[in-house]
Amino acid sequence: MQPFERSDPAHDPTLRDPCPLRRLGHPLAFSAEEEDRIERLLSRYPTREAAILPMLWMIQDRHGWIPEEAVSLVAERCGVPPSHAYGVVSFYTMFRREPGGRHQLQICTNLSCQLMGAEHLLDCLRRRLGIGPGETAADGLFTLNEVECLAACEMAPVVQVDDEFHGPLDDRGLGELLDGLRARAAKEGRI
Amino acid sequence: MAAEVKLLSRNFGSPESWTLSSYERAGGYRTAVKALRMDPAAVTEEVKQSGLRGRGGAGFPTGMKWGFVPKDSNSPKYLCVNADESEPGTFKDRYLLELDPHQLIEGIVITSWAVGIHRAYIYVRGEFGLPYHRLQAAVDEAYAKGYLGPRSFGTAFDLDVTIHRGAGAYICGEETGLIESLEGKPGRPRIKPPFPAVVGVFGGPTVVNNVETLSAVPWIIENGAAAYRSYGTEKSPGTKLFSVSGPVARPGVYEVPLGLPLKTLVYDLCGGIRGGKAMKANIPGGSSVPVLTREEAEGADLDYESLAAAGTMLGSGGMIVIDEETCMVRALSTLMKFYAHESCGQCTPCREGTGWLRGLVARLEAGGGSPADMDKILSITNRMIGTTICVLSDAAAMPAASFVTKFRGEFERHVGAGRCPFRSDPLLAGAARRQDHA
Ligand SMILES: Cc1cc2nc3c(=O)[nH]c(=O)nc-3n(C[C@H](O)[C@H](O)[C@H](O)COP(=O)(O)O)c2cc1C
Ligand code: SF4
Ligand code: FES
Repeated sequence: MQPFERSDPAHDPTLRDPCPLRRLGHPLAFSAEEEDRIERLLSRYPTREAAILPMLWMIQDRHGWIPEEAVSLVAERCGVPPSHAYGVVSFYTMFRREPGGRHQLQICTNLSCQLMGAEHLLDCLRRRLGIGPGETAADGLFTLNEVECLAACEMAPVVQVDDEFHGPLDDRGLGELLDGLRARAAKEGRI
Repeated sequence: MAAEVKLLSRNFGSPESWTLSSYERAGGYRTAVKALRMDPAAVTEEVKQSGLRGRGGAGFPTGMKWGFVPKDSNSPKYLCVNADESEPGTFKDRYLLELDPHQLIEGIVITSWAVGIHRAYIYVRGEFGLPYHRLQAAVDEAYAKGYLGPRSFGTAFDLDVTIHRGAGAYICGEETGLIESLEGKPGRPRIKPPFPAVVGVFGGPTVVNNVETLSAVPWIIENGAAAYRSYGTEKSPGTKLFSVSGPVARPGVYEVPLGLPLKTLVYDLCGGIRGGKAMKANIPGGSSVPVLTREEAEGADLDYESLAAAGTMLGSGGMIVIDEETCMVRALSTLMKFYAHESCGQCTPCREGTGWLRGLVARLEAGGGSPADMDKILSITNRMIGTTICVLSDAAAMPAASFVTKFRGEFERHVGAGRCPFRSDPLLAGAARRQDHA
C-alpha cells in the first residue's frame, strides 16, 4: 500500500532501512494489551483521527521508532489515508523514522544553553562518542541529536537522555553519565 | 527572600508535593468544592475582577476570554490546557506540572465549571518525561477519588480530562496550531477569525489557557479578586512566575508580584551575574520579545505596561540574562536558527523571512557579511510583522530588529574585522571557563 509519492531512495531513510520486524517475518500488529489501550484511547476523542498522535507514541514507545508499515496501520485504525498519517509523522521531530541507538542523547544548543557552554559540551560529546549530531555510535548504544530549548534552561547546559534531563553538565559530568549508561548496558549483557 | 510572593508556588517545597495526599493536607481541592456550589457566572466574574491575564505569552485577560464562549452552543465546548512550553528560556510550567499538578487539575475543574465544559485536554510537550508522568499520576488519582469523571465531587457536573502528548514542534504551542495537532493533524495554525472561543477544537467553542493561568484560578477563587489585586500593580495585578536562565548565580523559577524592579530579580533573587561579570543585555519574556540593553533593563519593572513602555514584552516570563562575554551576533544567530527551523511554512513572509534572517545573521557571525546586511535585516523584519497567519513571524522579526538596532556596533565590528571579534577571546573558551566557576 503506497498511495503517497515515494521520494528518492537515497534520501528516504524508510526506504534505506527495511523494517526489522518485516525482516524477522513478523507482520506488525498491536498486542492484545495495546488493542485495549486503543479502545480506551478512541473513547477519549470525538473523532478517530485525534488518536493518531497517541497511537504513534504507542508504536514508538514499543519499538523505539516508527516503521513505515506501522504508519499504514495507524492510518487504517484512525480512518485516514496513509498519506495523511505519513504527513503527521514527518511534521513532528520526535517521531523517528529509522531505528537508533539504545539511548537517545539530545543536547540543547539554544540560547540559554549556549550561554552556559553548550558548544563546548557538544565538542566533548563528539570526542567521547566519536559521532556527531544525527549519528548512532558503532556499538549501538547512543544516538546523538542537537535539539532546541528543552524547557530546562536552569540546568544549562542540558543533555536529555531518553526522557530525563541532565545538567548542568561539564566534560567530567558527561563522562560519568556516559560511563553509568555503558556500565548498565554491560551488566544487562547488551555489549 | 522578601521579594518573592508564593501563591502558585506555595507547595513547591513540600515533601511529595505532587501527590494528592500532600495537596489535600495543604487544603487542596476545597476551592473546587466551593466553586461547584457557586453560580458559574459568578466564578467567571471573580476571575474577571481579579485582572488575571494569560500567562502563556499574549497576556489576554482570562475572564474576558471565558466570557467569549457562547453560553448556548449546539456543539460541545472544550478546554485545551497549553502545557507545550517551548518558548526558549521558559520553564515555569514544567515546575507547575512537576511540583503541583493537582493545583492545575483543580484550576481545570473550576474553569470547566465556570464555562460549562465537560471535556478538557492537556496538551503536554512531547519531551517532558517527569512532568508528564507526575501529571498522569495526578489525573489518575483525581479520577480514583471521583474528583474527575462523572459527577465530579459528587455533584451533577461531569468532567473528563485527557492528557495528550505533543511530539516536538514549537508551533503547537500557538493556540490554533495546538488545536490542529490535537485533532490529529500537523500543527499548522489556522486563520483567525473564527477565534477558538467560537470555533475551536472538534468544531466546538474552545478555551485555550496556559498552565500557569489555570494554576492561578484556585487561589483567586479561594481568596477573592481583591486579595489577588493586593499584589502587583493596578493594571498588572497578581503574581507571575519568572524563569531566569543564563549566567546568573542562581537560575531558576521565581514567583514575584508583577511590577517588581527587574534589578531585584536579577541581582537580589538570582544573585547577579556569575564571576563578577556585568550584564550586557536582557531578554525579559522568552526569546520572542525584543532584547533590552543593560541600561534599559536596569530601569524596567516586571509588569505588562512597564515592559511595553521599555519597548519589549512580558511574554512568558522566560528571562534570558546575557553577560558581557557574549557575542550578540552569535546569540541572534542561535535564535534565528530556531525560528527558521520552527516556521510551519504556510506563510511566505515567515517561511522565507526566517530563512533569510538565519542566513544573513549566520554569515555576519562568520565574518562574511557586508555593511548593507544590517539594513537588509531591518527591512526584512519590517515585512514580517503583522503579515502572517500567526505571530511566529513577528516572534522572529522582533528580536532580530532589536538586536541589530541596539547592538549595531557589534554587527559592524564583525563586518569590519571579517571575523567574530569575540573569537579572539572565544565564546567557547569563555563559556568553558564559566562552567569551571560554577
Ligand atoms: C509560536 C507561538 C508559540 C506559543 N507557544 C506557547 C506555549 O508553549 N505555551 C503557551 O501557553 N502559550 C504559547 N503561545 C501562546 C498561545 O498561542 C496562547 O496565547 C496561550 O496558550 C493562551 O493562554 P493564556 O491566555 O492562558 O496565556 C504561543 C504562541 C505562539 C505564536
Ligand atoms: S507565521 Fe509562520 S509559523 Fe505562523 S502560520 Fe505562518 S508560516 Fe506558520
Ligand atoms: S536553552 Fe537549553 S534548555 Fe532552554
